[in-house]
Amino acid sequence: MGFLDRDLGSFVTVVGDGIEHMDLAVEGVRCAGCMAKIERGLSGVPGVTRARLNFTDRRLAVEWHAGSLAPGDLVDRISELGYRAHPFDPGAAAGAEAADSRRLLKGMAVAGFAAMNIMLLSVSVWSGNVTDITPETRDLFHWISALIAIPAVAYAGRPFFSSAFQALRNRSVNMDVPITLGVLLAMGMSLAETFTGGRHAYFDAAVMLLFFLLVGRYLDMNMRRRTRAQAENLAALKGETAAKLLPDGAIRSVPVSAIDPGDRVLVAAGERLSVDGIIETGSTEIDQSLVTGETAYERVGPGDRVYAGTLNMTGALTVQVTAAAKGTLLDEVNTLLEVAQTARSSRLALADRTARFYAPLVHTAAALTFIGWLAAGADWHAALTAAIAVLIITCPCALGLAIPAVQVVASGLLFRAGVLLNAGDAIERFADADVVVFDKTGTLTCPERSVVAPRAVSGETLERAGRLALSSRHPLAAALVSHAGGKAPFHGAMEEPGRGVRVEVDDAELRLGSAAFCDVPADVAGAAETGTDSLVWYREGSGTPVAIAVTQALRPDARDVVAQLAERGLRTMILSGDRASAVDVAAEALGIADRRGGLKPADKIAVLEDLKASGHKVLMVGDGLNDAPALAAAHVSMSPITAVHLSQAAADAVFLGDRLAPVVAAIDISRRARRAMDQNLWFAALYNLCAVPVAVFGFVTPLIAALAMSSSSVIVTLNALRVRTEARRLGIGSGAD
Amino acid sequence: MDVLFILIPAALALGLLGLGAFLWSMKSGQYEDLDGAAWRVLQDDDLQGRHGEPD
Repeated sequence: MGFLDRDLGSFVTVVGDGIEHMDLAVEGVRCAGCMAKIERGLSGVPGVTRARLNFTDRRLAVEWHAGSLAPGDLVDRISELGYRAHPFDPGAAAGAEAADSRRLLKGMAVAGFAAMNIMLLSVSVWSGNVTDITPETRDLFHWISALIAIPAVAYAGRPFFSSAFQALRNRSVNMDVPITLGVLLAMGMSLAETFTGGRHAYFDAAVMLLFFLLVGRYLDMNMRRRTRAQAENLAALKGETAAKLLPDGAIRSVPVSAIDPGDRVLVAAGERLSVDGIIETGSTEIDQSLVTGETAYERVGPGDRVYAGTLNMTGALTVQVTAAAKGTLLDEVNTLLEVAQTARSSRLALADRTARFYAPLVHTAAALTFIGWLAAGADWHAALTAAIAVLIITCPCALGLAIPAVQVVASGLLFRAGVLLNAGDAIERFADADVVVFDKTGTLTCPERSVVAPRAVSGETLERAGRLALSSRHPLAAALVSHAGGKAPFHGAMEEPGRGVRVEVDDAELRLGSAAFCDVPADVAGAAETGTDSLVWYREGSGTPVAIAVTQALRPDARDVVAQLAERGLRTMILSGDRASAVDVAAEALGIADRRGGLKPADKIAVLEDLKASGHKVLMVGDGLNDAPALAAAHVSMSPITAVHLSQAAADAVFLGDRLAPVVAAIDISRRARRAMDQNLWFAALYNLCAVPVAVFGFVTPLIAALAMSSSSVIVTLNALRVRTEARRLGIGSGAD
Repeated sequence: MDVLFILIPAALALGLLGLGAFLWSMKSGQYEDLDGAAWRVLQDDDLQGRHGEPD
């Protein structure tokens, strides 16, 4: 793993009393056995005071006496146990979200406690009202209810109140505004009734409403947190670190977040760059495919600019880190991204659109009720009671849950299908999409390379080359590894960074690497070049050199996915930054007629804008840095987990694995979810249609309010759960965990 | 109806006890790793008293 030579000090936090702490993301944990093995294995290391693996997020917390061991030893110990672990950047771990979710859970507990106890008293009052409760007992019960409800609402209602306040301050309306208004008015009126010894109080309705809504919000939050945790683990496992060159010449492995412009970073051959910068020393070939989509390598040397996400193929580099400067690719991408994101922030989620339409309607209905009763000759107290009853019963319980409940169920299904959502409202936008635009390199093709025609090379040769490749860290070698046939690497194999691997076996020297490394005559090497594939040469002693062509093949299910999308009535299209000839090859293989090659980030956006102008809703799937603006500009977007940071952040969802199937699953699940959302909204409308007249004419008692609100919430939630059974019947969203 | 003066405080106290217990269990991190807890109960290394986890 190469951690022994690197200082992991930046990942360690001191937790007092000479104890140090480090969090690691662990790969390969599948069962309780793994958990026990890792914990026991680490507890055996002298100095370790605590090792605990969180099975839910696959994270390991280790604590030890400061100075008793080097953090790198722990990583090596875990890899001895057979797992891959990567230290976690303490700065990146989302502390704020965990605190938020804990606050929601606490609010939920308080609201739940209050709802139960108030209900206990309310049921007594309801049954007492129709039998022989004395006014004194009723008043006592109302007072006790008030004493429980006031602090409970003040505590549990905070998330809604603050969000409603924020919306009003921005002169807009969200769903929390009618919720807050309903709760506060119900509380106010109940208190007034209690003071005057009235028959009806609505404390139970107010608290129960908060409880139901908090349950929905907590589930939603939890699902998003789980998704985030998974994405963070993957980021840590990808090793988002850089080897920082300290002024005294020492090398320290630090998280990317701790690198500043001006720092110098060492990039070995075969490593992916994690920073943007200018080459100070060294020259190499750079694979830009993750940045521009271009599959041919580019030669760079001192003074040239390199980008995070590119792959350093042949030589070691020292890179001076720079911020995005004017006129660079990164600068262009950032500018486009900003524009696209501003346009995006004005987009309204379905829930907010509903609230915007619903809130004025309800508030007008309440006002009309008040005026109507006054005009009909009622006293103002009766008129106000009826008006407030309208607000309470139309209380957006069903509406407030209609969309979040479906979102929770759908994002759970998507999670199991390998799709991690960045934005909660992405689901409804996925359902709208009618054109799917793919980037080619790294999206339609696998991010990793594989051997083009394994059968063209003799099996034995390929196996030996594969075993040699096991000793190399080079990205091209990785393509050969799977052909090693499960055998161990050659003993004593030596890698010459950026050139190749060699080993002595039975008096013959086996070499795997560049043409020059294998002493291939220039004319032979030139003749073998195809222009689209990379060549790896293999030679035994002075025998005939064998060229093994390696390329980024199409994803195994790309063809099927394109066919399935067509079946669902979606148009597919390729927009790539790669050469048109390379794009044509892929498009022909997949049967996609609509394709453009050689596009700059701005060109991609222009195409998307054209599609938008002709009324299409575009789902953009891309991974490169050059795709980031298009991902943000598209109606909805996805990127594979192998994508560069900026693109993952710009996309609405990230999908895992080697296959493209999650794209289809996302559309299928989202369409079903969208249908359930619509059903829920219609149900809520219908419910209001029935409930409002009852309230307007003054028939609402606390009993009716409580029954109507809880039953509508339950119905909406059950309908949301139906999405899951429906999806299970169709076999989507299961298995791939 | 005098019994109410005992029953209502008793009901409230029991409810508060439950709320307190929940908040305590949350604070002590018992909801941090629900999947892991389900597996941990099946491990019997605490029987030999060697590597029992105190928390």
